[in-house]
Amino acid sequence: MKNSIGREIPDFIPGLGKVTGFGGAFARKPVGRTAGAALSTCLPRTDKLLASIETAIDAVGLKDGMTISFHHHFRNGDRILNRVVEAIAKKGIRDITLSPSSLNTVNDALIPYIEQGVITAIETSGARGKMGRFLTEGHLKKPLHIRSHGGRAQAIESGAIHIDVAFLGAPACDRYGNINGIQGQSACGSLGYAIQDAAYADQVVAITDNLMPHPLFPISIPQTQVDYIVVVDSIGDPAGIASGALRYTKDPKELLIAKYAADVLDYSGHLQQDFSMQLGSGGASMAVGRFIKAKMLERGITGSFGVGGMTGVFAEMMEEGLFKMMFDVQSFDIPAIDSIKKNSNHLEMSASYYANPHNGGAIVNNLDAVILSATEVDVDFNVNVITDSNGVIMGASGGHSDTAAGAKLTIVVAPLLRGRLPMVKDAVQTVVTPGETVDAIVTERGIAINPKRLDVIDNLKHSGLPIMSIYDLKDIAYGLCGRPEPIEVTDEIVGVVEYRDGTIIDVIRRPIF
Amino acid sequence: MEKLRRSMMFIPGNNPGMLQNAGIYGADTIILDCEDAVAITEKDSARNLVFQAISEMNYGTEVAVRINHISTPFGWDDLKRILPAKPDLIRLPMAQGPDEIRQIDEFISAAEQKNKFPAGSIKMMAAVETPKGLRLAYEIASASPRMVALAIGAEDFIANLKTTRSKLGRELLAARGQLVLAAREAGIQCIDTVFSDINDEEGFKNEIELIKEMGFDGKSVVNPRQVSVVHDIFAPTAKEIDHAQRVLAAYQEALEKKSGVISLNGKMIDLPIVARAERTLAYAKATAGKGGK
Repeated sequence: MKNSIGREIPDFIPGLGKVTGFGGAFARKPVGRTAGAALSTCLPRTDKLLASIETAIDAVGLKDGMTISFHHHFRNGDRILNRVVEAIAKKGIRDITLSPSSLNTVNDALIPYIEQGVITAIETSGARGKMGRFLTEGHLKKPLHIRSHGGRAQAIESGAIHIDVAFLGAPACDRYGNINGIQGQSACGSLGYAIQDAAYADQVVAITDNLMPHPLFPISIPQTQVDYIVVVDSIGDPAGIASGALRYTKDPKELLIAKYAADVLDYSGHLQQDFSMQLGSGGASMAVGRFIKAKMLERGITGSFGVGGMTGVFAEMMEEGLFKMMFDVQSFDIPAIDSIKKNSNHLEMSASYYANPHNGGAIVNNLDAVILSATEVDVDFNVNVITDSNGVIMGASGGHSDTAAGAKLTIVVAPLLRGRLPMVKDAVQTVVTPGETVDAIVTERGIAINPKRLDVIDNLKHSGLPIMSIYDLKDIAYGLCGRPEPIEVTDEIVGVVEYRDGTIIDVIRRPIF
Repeated sequence: MEKLRRSMMFIPGNNPGMLQNAGIYGADTIILDCEDAVAITEKDSARNLVFQAISEMNYGTEVAVRINHISTPFGWDDLKRILPAKPDLIRLPMAQGPDEIRQIDEFISAAEQKNKFPAGSIKMMAAVETPKGLRLAYEIASASPRMVALAIGAEDFIANLKTTRSKLGRELLAARGQLVLAAREAGIQCIDTVFSDINDEEGFKNEIELIKEMGFDGKSVVNPRQVSVVHDIFAPTAKEIDHAQRVLAAYQEALEKKSGVISLNGKMIDLPIVARAERTLAYAKATAGKGGK
């Protein structure tokens, strides 16, 4: 079948079965009830503490074919995921579905366990590095299942993902399983993705290097959801968990794009008193914050709230009184972690609160504006953030499609050229975010507004900005670089990109390497 | 209004990535550099790359080429290779006197004829970087009708003076002043030297304020981030525009009333003030929408 954006999706995908094609950003109405964790009990005076990860694997009764989950709040400093899979492999357990909220390059170490058949399916936000390349080669029994952060929350709550055991790295954990992410040597700030898994997994194992006396304060994940606790020497490498302060880029091209994006927001009419926004953490999208801040100060306006993927730069704007509140699903740098620790108006939120389309209303629905990066975009305003110019998986869906769908104004920033490659094309290789949810594409050589947004087009008419049609933008890129050769692919589907509502928006076919 | 040259941005002629993006930052002029930014071993490749860049890229702004001095083994070759691409402007470094300007002028005339470009369409400017060049600045400025600007190259000049550069720039005061006088006498523009510490935004702003006051038309810049800073300071303020409009209105009113004495808020207005107001408004008009890239 062809889905509503014209992508050819087989009705039946080996390993996944019958799938539903994407039918529009808000087309699917959910039915049924939320799924839930298995009932459990914990008798008074039970000691939840277990001696080791191996003991915990035995205690939860992990078996062949089960699904295990992890959070990615430790990013490249994570010492949990690889370690747990290694222990599982040693026990001879096979055919595991790995369902982490995302993968980082540190997880390249999992490749041997896929080759050995310990892991046969992966459902996550994306993959990078050697793992991205490896998964593009198609070594899993099922295609890599890519979901956005909101889509993953939706799938967990609807039961499409059923987590048998969640192994959750806990920067601070007391003896009865209360957890937070802000204390200890492996502090990572918000535990937004872990909160989601803890609430819906049948069993939860907290793994900590910071066992605290009961009761812990504050509590992000309550003891009622945690079955076992394992203490290890180190759950994460602080240097890999969070960088020092993420700073604004000094790259003049990124700064130019950022300035244009801030101007688009300004002229669009959405930069008003009490507005709300989210900034991506890429160079240009983060730099937009600097220009928006200047505009806010100049016009004497303050915002209502910010959403993230939080950085210190954004948290600083709150501390300066430019925003009232921050909603934080993951904290990207040390200043953001410090901020969530000390500011009561810097709130931790779950993935579902952040971006799930099938609940009573996620915070992305309240966004006035979001600034997002892109790997490539096309003349239909579709955005790819997953595959590179060779068709290889090298990125993550993240909250891209969620925030684009929710925000009143979605601005995508991208260089028009990367080296000799055009980034505005006739068609992107893989669609992650549908063009109907994207309002503006901002590049260093021009800005295209989605023709559906007549209001924005009208407001920008006298802005003096280099506004042009998306086709003109593409022509400039092709004029400088030539038309890119299509990537040759086989029929083998190595990945599916699920839209946040559970439908399939695109598939990744194995390129001919 | 004459061509704006508030910012003249140097781009290393041997860097394809920077050549590709040179036009996007809103600089009034981009200077594709074959001289100091290019190592001796790279001179020929830079020359070829600059030729290709001018021929193939649509920069949408004035494109200058800084050639090597004609006394070096590279200067004439630079001109030979690059003139057929029709740059808007040739910038000569280390100008020492009017003779070399005339020699280059003749060479350009021949190239214009050969390539069927309109005569005089390729302009010239020269950078003064020595005491001798400064002494002969007026002669250099008026040596050819192609000459549109003089510039000062501070680093070499300061070395020749046997002093060092300071934050306040007192060491350059005399040279800058003389250069502006020479350029104005010749009726051409005057462009200040580069400010190379791109992270010292405060020092950069102070220097732009200074040279604007001294009468310079613009500044050479080395980083795209500097362009908007220059433009912001060179842009007339809302207050200046408002004052200029009121001066012209008062002048108009006086003309209509055939009144001999013109005054605004009790201050007498004479013709130089009217001329300045006209210049302010023309400048504001020319810079509108070209301000803050």
